Amino acid sequence: MATTEEIRTQLADIVNEVAGVDTSDVQLDKSFVDDLDVDSLSMVEVVVAAEEAFGVTIPDSEVKNLKTVGDAVSFIENAQAA
Amino acid sequence: MPIRTPETSTPGHARLMGVGGYRPSRVVPNSEIVEAIDSSDEWIRTRSGITERRWATPEETVQMMSVAAGRKAIEAAGLDPQQIDCVIVATVSHMLQTPSLAALVADELGTDHPAAFDISAACAGFCHGISMASDFVRGGSAKHVLVIGVERLSDLTNLRDRGTAFIFADGAGAAVVGPSDVPGIGPVVWGSAGEQADLIKQDVDWLTWGTAAERVEQPYLTMDGNPVFRWAAFSMAKVGQEALDRAGVGVDELDCFVPHQANLRIVDALARSMKLPESVTIARDITTMGNTSAASIPLALERLIENGEAKTGDTALLIAFGAGLVYAAQVVIVP
Repeated sequence: MATTEEIRTQLADIVNEVAGVDTSDVQLDKSFVDDLDVDSLSMVEVVVAAEEAFGVTIPDSEVKNLKTVGDAVSFIENAQAA
Repeated sequence: MPIRTPETSTPGHARLMGVGGYRPSRVVPNSEIVEAIDSSDEWIRTRSGITERRWATPEETVQMMSVAAGRKAIEAAGLDPQQIDCVIVATVSHMLQTPSLAALVADELGTDHPAAFDISAACAGFCHGISMASDFVRGGSAKHVLVIGVERLSDLTNLRDRGTAFIFADGAGAAVVGPSDVPGIGPVVWGSAGEQADLIKQDVDWLTWGTAAERVEQPYLTMDGNPVFRWAAFSMAKVGQEALDRAGVGVDELDCFVPHQANLRIVDALARSMKLPESVTIARDITTMGNTSAASIPLALERLIENGEAKTGDTALLIAFGAGLVYAAQVVIVP
């Protein structure tokens, strides 16, 4: 089972690849939209890449609840544990 | 008792013979749209890549635009209208239930009473038509099929809807499909996902609207952008790959990629998902034409040909997807 930090690191790589955000900026308290300038379409790309990387399913209805990096990491942790 | 099968041309292949388009005269820049949706030119450009689009004038009807595009495609094919023996029009914005737009267009073009009918496959209509035309030619039902995609989506767009007002646009594109000694149109990969019908739709049917006690303004097209983006940018990459595989064309052998011009972000995400090499020319007609639904692929292909970016004999992957949800993809040889 991946640790919170491992998930954050891997997610940071994805956000970097999709939206060109510096990986060091992708911290748990950061908002995708307000802090990292990841718009809704880029968020869809992040979600699809995260599903593949972490072997989880993130339904469209959940995506709008993933406001911060921490929200996404928690969702992935819970989904992996389920 | 046995009956005869159609007489087919030998050896029974089909190809695109000519492509033509019609771009409406009225250019609508983002600045004309932003106020009603409380947006900005920059926001529209980053979300869609669109800088301007064309909206048809009252005189530029779906029939007028279809005839103009169709005539150009017939000329490009080196044919006379009388040689066209089937006309297929793909559209969702011909506002009459009947007669079909295809019958009217066939008559105005001066054809000799060909088979003529409309199909409804939204933004995927053109690729559906090309597949049918290819099979008609190979099966002997027709020799020269004119396939037209035409829309006046501006008639169905709510200019106060932040999700669609800046995307939808008008235009017509056409191609002639005819017999060939060698394969010029690869196998189609197509299908539907009706369980996701709500993602792109007309919000009220005409009958309900027309008989309502308190009538809303008019029916409009609505779209749930993010799930559509997910479906188009990722599921459709698999469909595109399958069309390449079925045509026996490797991604390194592909010359042009002409996806439905829905949104530049979808075009670019598709190209990334499919891992298209730098050598592939990618159609980005969306930036100055917006999303013209069934017309977008022939218009984009016409522009690549006119600019010399697509040359005769090049392989091009066409992939179209839209309301239904429905999709169709095939590899074609550029005429």
